Amino acid sequence: MGDPSQLAMIDDLVRRRIDEILPARIEEKLKEIADAKTPSLAIIATKGTLDWAYPPFILASTASALGWDVSVFFTFYGLNLVRKDVSDLKISPLGNPGMPMKMPFGPDWFKGINWNIPNLVQAGIPGFEIMATSLMKQTISNNGVASVEELRDACKEGDVKFIACQMTVDLFGFSHDDFIPGMDFAGAATFLPVAQQSDVCLFI
Amino acid sequence: MDFDKELDARGLNCPLPILRTKKALTDMQSGQVLKVISTDPGSVKDLAAFAKQTGNELLSTEEKNKEFEFFVKRK
Repeated sequence: MGDPSQLAMIDDLVRRRIDEILPARIEEKLKEIADAKTPSLAIIATKGTLDWAYPPFILASTASALGWDVSVFFTFYGLNLVRKDVSDLKISPLGNPGMPMKMPFGPDWFKGINWNIPNLVQAGIPGFEIMATSLMKQTISNNGVASVEELRDACKEGDVKFIACQMTVDLFGFSHDDFIPGMDFAGAATFLPVAQQSDVCLFI
Repeated sequence: MDFDKELDARGLNCPLPILRTKKALTDMQSGQVLKVISTDPGSVKDLAAFAKQTGNELLSTEEKNKEFEFFVKRK
């Protein structure tokens, strides 16, 4: 060893051999790493009405049932979803043309009617939102869909990490006691790295 | 097919069949078989995806009178 021309020849052979073997090996290794990785989901929950409570809790509980690592960051009205008592989550059809207004009781032909009540009427009748909320809850339970509490419990059992945005906790005058136990309190700078590492990151 | 535990998920909709299945399996021992009965058509694909993701083997899926019967082996 030491003769430059011999070294050059050996280097060349080595380089060519590596070029032949490496691509397949890299593919194998990358696949191994990908297969061994636990998928992860990060959700930023910003809304606090009954209809918006479902997406984050369903996705989080289902992902955790599939064995994923899940973190949910609750901010702004999303904080509503992690208060101790969430039986009072409401829904409003006002200015919400996407929301179907169907009665959850009565014969099938009656249940099929979509009552298009004008915004002006909805806004004028006191208690309209309370009625709409109660009808929605009945529709939900008629269809064997879980309550928000049940889904949230399933998340907790599945070790889903719940993080509340400290800034909005302060902003809306909440205290840590208002929330369910087991909450972390943190800010955007803490959550962003979690979101960066996640395979799926959702803004709800 | 023989099974060790039965889960009646009739009348429950997404994601409850999966959540209940997962819970039932957790309390079982490796190799035991769970029978799940569901009325949710979405549960067919959901259970298959659940089995694939978690490594619990889906032994069979059958539809009988608008009900779906699944046998899942605990990994």
